[in-house]
Amino acid sequence: MREITLSQAVNEALAEEMRRDDTVFIIGEDVAEAGTPFKVLSGLVEEFGTRRVVDTPIAEPGFMGIAVGAAMTGARPVVDLMFGDFIFLIMDQLCNQAAKTHYMSGGKLSVPLVLRTNMGATRRSAAQHSQSLHALVAHIPGLKVAMPSSAYEAKGLMKTAIRDNNPVVIFEDKLMYQDKAPVPEEEFLIPFGEANIKREGSDITLIGTSSMVQVCEKAAEILAAEGISAEVIDPRTIVPLDEKTLLESARKTSRVIVVDEGHQSFGVTSEIASRINEKAFYHLDAPVLRMGAMDVPIPFSPALEDITVPTPEGVAEKARMLCGGEMINAA
Amino acid sequence: MAKTKTNSEDYLRMYRQMVRIRSFEDNANQLYLSAKMPGLTHMYSGEEAVAVGICEALKTTDKITSTHRGHGHCVAKGAEFKEMFCELLGKEEGYCRGKGGSMHIADQSNGNLGANAIVGGSMGIATGSAFTAKMLGKDDVTVCFFGDGATAQGLMYEVMNMAALWNLPVIYACENNGYSEYTKTEEIAAGSITARAEAFGIEAHQVDGQDVLAVNKLATDLVARARKGEGPFFVELMTYRYHGHHVGDINREYYRTKDEEKDWKENRDPIIRFRAHLVSEGLATEDELDALNAEIAKDAEDAVKYALDAKYPDVSEVDMHVFSDIKHALA
Ligand SMILES: Cc1ncc(C[n+]2csc(CCOP(=O)(O)OP(=O)(O)O)c2C)c(N)n1
Ligand SMILES: [Mg+2]
Repeated sequence: MREITLSQAVNEALAEEMRRDDTVFIIGEDVAEAGTPFKVLSGLVEEFGTRRVVDTPIAEPGFMGIAVGAAMTGARPVVDLMFGDFIFLIMDQLCNQAAKTHYMSGGKLSVPLVLRTNMGATRRSAAQHSQSLHALVAHIPGLKVAMPSSAYEAKGLMKTAIRDNNPVVIFEDKLMYQDKAPVPEEEFLIPFGEANIKREGSDITLIGTSSMVQVCEKAAEILAAEGISAEVIDPRTIVPLDEKTLLESARKTSRVIVVDEGHQSFGVTSEIASRINEKAFYHLDAPVLRMGAMDVPIPFSPALEDITVPTPEGVAEKARMLCGGEMINAA
Repeated sequence: MAKTKTNSEDYLRMYRQMVRIRSFEDNANQLYLSAKMPGLTHMYSGEEAVAVGICEALKTTDKITSTHRGHGHCVAKGAEFKEMFCELLGKEEGYCRGKGGSMHIADQSNGNLGANAIVGGSMGIATGSAFTAKMLGKDDVTVCFFGDGATAQGLMYEVMNMAALWNLPVIYACENNGYSEYTKTEEIAAGSITARAEAFGIEAHQVDGQDVLAVNKLATDLVARARKGEGPFFVELMTYRYHGHHVGDINREYYRTKDEEKDWKENRDPIIRFRAHLVSEGLATEDELDALNAEIAKDAEDAVKYALDAKYPDVSEVDMHVFSDIKHALA
């Protein structure tokens, strides 16, 4: 199968959906001729024109609000938020408006909107350009949240998101834009709420989101060499969450580590760990562990930044401890 | 009174709509005072000429966005008493199936995109609605209602900037009732409100919001021009609310005098003024107007009775309408 970058995958998904549906448009800063600072959207304005690839002033709440109104009235906006960190600026429009309109109107109005943004540290971008804030969004009922872990997921999830009649937030890992993966040429969609078992195993389950899927896969390789069989699961969307697949795996392996790049406290790892504790408790041989980003603002210095996020070695080490029974008394 | 339409049917409908709003509010206030209504509500009484003068210039397919003080906009855009009182009381037959209540009341089928409880929160939505009209080549015009207090929100300046850059068919209608909550407008608004729109190159007008014909004449002209692509426009409508900020705001003398309230009610009331005009122009007799008032009062009374007896939504509705296309979010 041909291989393309995550950036190309997103671009293809958008182009295909824009060809299919005239009401789909892109709105954000420097999305047209510039194709965004990450060049993810290059070429789209040439095909679809400035009517559907709309450059805005630097006014995140403003263009997010415009997208909400456009979505409520028959268009399908794909909002480009240049950095995930800027989500704090648009919280009212996203969480008070987009997320609640369907509910507050008793189901009469819908907001079919996609918010594309990014996440991920270790790009030496410091505290305001490195955050992974998907847990904030996942906390709000009415929003769906997708976290592609490769070019394949980036394309399939984006196409599903555009066709979904709800507000969907997609977090792309900005360090993965140039990563290649096999992506079929034929059209495909990836349904929401279906986890992907990336690697089967029997001793421990490693649940990873976004780039942490690769971290878990590398950890699984390290562990395999030591005779520990790790299962790796990518939920792909955290809202909706494929609880069933995660629980089945937990019951099978009896040990689980949840790895996610959001801050560890009050985050996605905590949520998934709790659900497993509540629903698979009697199948567990060890406490479910959380591994998130360190609870500090992301530092600039490489010497500091690199220790704030989970690594394959770190995950393998914890897995070893769990499998060796070392963590039983830590609980 | 400004002279505009000569069609007596239009005039009588405007009169009727203003009386319907007043009547709705009098009943809503009674429901609150007699502890039959859950929560609080903000009365539109005194501001009727604003909503009616503007909405009478709109088609059903034109859109509006409304505010926490939204009953007047809702009636003026064509809503029925029965569904409105049901919504106010949290009943299943309410426009939002009881999920919105007073602050989110809207008859969506008549182009009302919802009342917003975030001050200024709908400015993006209104602008986005106008964006859809332009992008999809529809001739809809959108009116964004908001208070003088909302002019302090940054979102307004972000979206006016884009609306002006892109010539969107939106009319920003600032209902300046002299107060935001318990604070006089001059204490929260520096300089001129219309000049702020003018700074973006937006044509701005100030109009007597107690004169329904003046409002309607201006609105008719601006709506027609917006439809032709000459928008956006900004209108500041000078008006007054008769009740407190909300129905529980009874002792108001620390922020405004009884004399001031009396002056607006006795000398500038939009309904009394228009009624005198209708009679003096020979468009209706006192008796005819009394009969109309009585008919509306009876309608309102019947609708209140109906709503009081109507069913609450079944508890199973609590997780419905969280997402489009998912019947029960928590199933
Ligand atoms: C963002 C936000 N801040 C504060 C409030 C609380 N609040 C509700 S109404 C209101 C005053 C609004 O004044 P104005 O816009 O003039 O509208 P009016 O009530 O006079 O119609 C305030 C401060 C709110 N609902 N939303
Ligand atoms: Mg006010």
